[in-house]
Amino acid sequence: MALKLPIFMDNHSTTPVDPRVLEAMLPYFTTDFGNAASRTHVFGWRAEEAVEQARGHVAALIGASAKEIVFTSGATESDNLAIKGAAWFHKGRGNHLITVETEHKAVLDSMKRLEKEGFQVTYLPVETDGRVNLGKLEAAITDKTLLVSIMLANNEIGVIQDLVAIGELIKRKNKLTLFHTDAVQGIGKVPFDVEAARVDLASLTAHKMYGPKGVGALYVRRKPRVRIDPIIDGGGHERGMRSGTLNVPGIVGFGMAAKIAKDEMAAEGMRLLALREKLRKEIQARLPETFVNGSLEHRLPGNLNISFGYVEGESLLMALKELAVSSGSACTSASLEPSYVLRALGIGEEMAHSSLRFGLGRFNTEEEVDHVVSTIVEKVERLRALSPLWEMFQDGVDLKSIQWEAGAHH
Amino acid sequence: MAYSEKVIEHYENPRNVGSLDKNDPNVGTGLVGAPACGDVMKLQLKIGDDGVIQDAKFKTFGCGSAIASSSLVTEWVKGMTVDQAMEVKNTKIAEELNLPPVKIHCSVLAEDAIKAAIADYKAKRAR
Ligand SMILES: Cc1ncc(COP(=O)(O)O)c(C=O)c1O
Repeated sequence: MALKLPIFMDNHSTTPVDPRVLEAMLPYFTTDFGNAASRTHVFGWRAEEAVEQARGHVAALIGASAKEIVFTSGATESDNLAIKGAAWFHKGRGNHLITVETEHKAVLDSMKRLEKEGFQVTYLPVETDGRVNLGKLEAAITDKTLLVSIMLANNEIGVIQDLVAIGELIKRKNKLTLFHTDAVQGIGKVPFDVEAARVDLASLTAHKMYGPKGVGALYVRRKPRVRIDPIIDGGGHERGMRSGTLNVPGIVGFGMAAKIAKDEMAAEGMRLLALREKLRKEIQARLPETFVNGSLEHRLPGNLNISFGYVEGESLLMALKELAVSSGSACTSASLEPSYVLRALGIGEEMAHSSLRFGLGRFNTEEEVDHVVSTIVEKVERLRALSPLWEMFQDGVDLKSIQWEAGAHH
Repeated sequence: MAYSEKVIEHYENPRNVGSLDKNDPNVGTGLVGAPACGDVMKLQLKIGDDGVIQDAKFKTFGCGSAIASSSLVTEWVKGMTVDQAMEVKNTKIAEELNLPPVKIHCSVLAEDAIKAAIADYKAKRAR
């Protein structure tokens, strides 16, 4: 097969829709277009049946029952619903929430909103490998703690948290404290079971697992029943937790994506791990001064987040115009700050500026990996030849000994 | 981010990359920016006894706009007198390269690099 450019290796940002998923969705745009809430005719019944089948597939993927799945517009909404919904419903019981510095903005900014309303939030740091320190978590949980939100796998560094140990700890310390996980990046990639991890609320999204954009779910435990306030009011769909006409084709696609993920996860995980390790080993063998950010052991099979010392990430991306990856460099974000996730690991800002994130997915091939390795090596070498920092490093200058003047934009 | 054609052109074919002997009394070296901020420019100017800039070399760690800004100023300052080079303004650099507002700091850094290199040269001469 001839190599097709550009190459997409940014599967943490989104994934293409699997053709099998698209095929399952198509009838629900045209012939079977009914509103799943229409109880009076066959159009509605067919739509409802399709939604319920999808609900079953999504539930099965995470070890839940179908009635525990609330469909949403995506994980941003699910995170908001879980965190705000739980805090609002249970505010009579306490005022404290716990999360982690490396969480997705949908979690962090929901927490910030609650802080403005008077809730107290603890932002736990992570260890240098990106994992939560269980001792610190245990110390943070009090009898006022309503909810702990800790993600399954990080979207930048792919680091997987030990949710089984975390769930056990939370319930031991305060059995009323709810456990929410943003499971978006790990779902369908690594095993995740709501019972094993004793999770009460879990956010999912279809578009990171080869389903369509704009559809997600919140798992809400039934036994014992977890209560949350809705954040969207209206017709009372999804057992009152999320009003609004259901996105039937999207949900059907999500269901098919979940079914495929369940069937193929084990084999796909092994294939992606082999590709990722090939990518990592060849880059590190051919380029000195490259550093993997976050735990290599506890990591999504398809993730590689790596810093190329003395090379700035955005200039590297510019050289890699036939390759779609992302960077923790400030220059690639609107805020002009380097990645807060990388900084939470304690790595220097210059290393955050020098990072690239690769997200390998279902449709990447070994041929693509080979091409990416040779391109990266060539471009990093070219940029190092242009880098005053690389020159100083080669001359044995300790960059930390230099008094840098702060740039004009800081 | 979309880059202007001129930025891409300088990025792909940077002019005057390299280093001059920093111990040469006729060479002024400017090192500006900071690794933590994501851009560092090293600009070196070789200045004749008549005050005319004979050669300019740069190395830059930074985004494409930072590389292009430094490449551009090495072209501009060659043949200028020291006094003329002191007059090179970041706004001209930004205009020539069509830099968007978030990249203006790259042109500021390039202007700073010229001034720092000249200051180094003058300090050497004063010794
Ligand atoms: C960890 C994590 N949580 C939440 C989201 C948001 O998901 P969505 O795009 O479905 O709103 C993303 C994706 O950007 C993510 O990676």
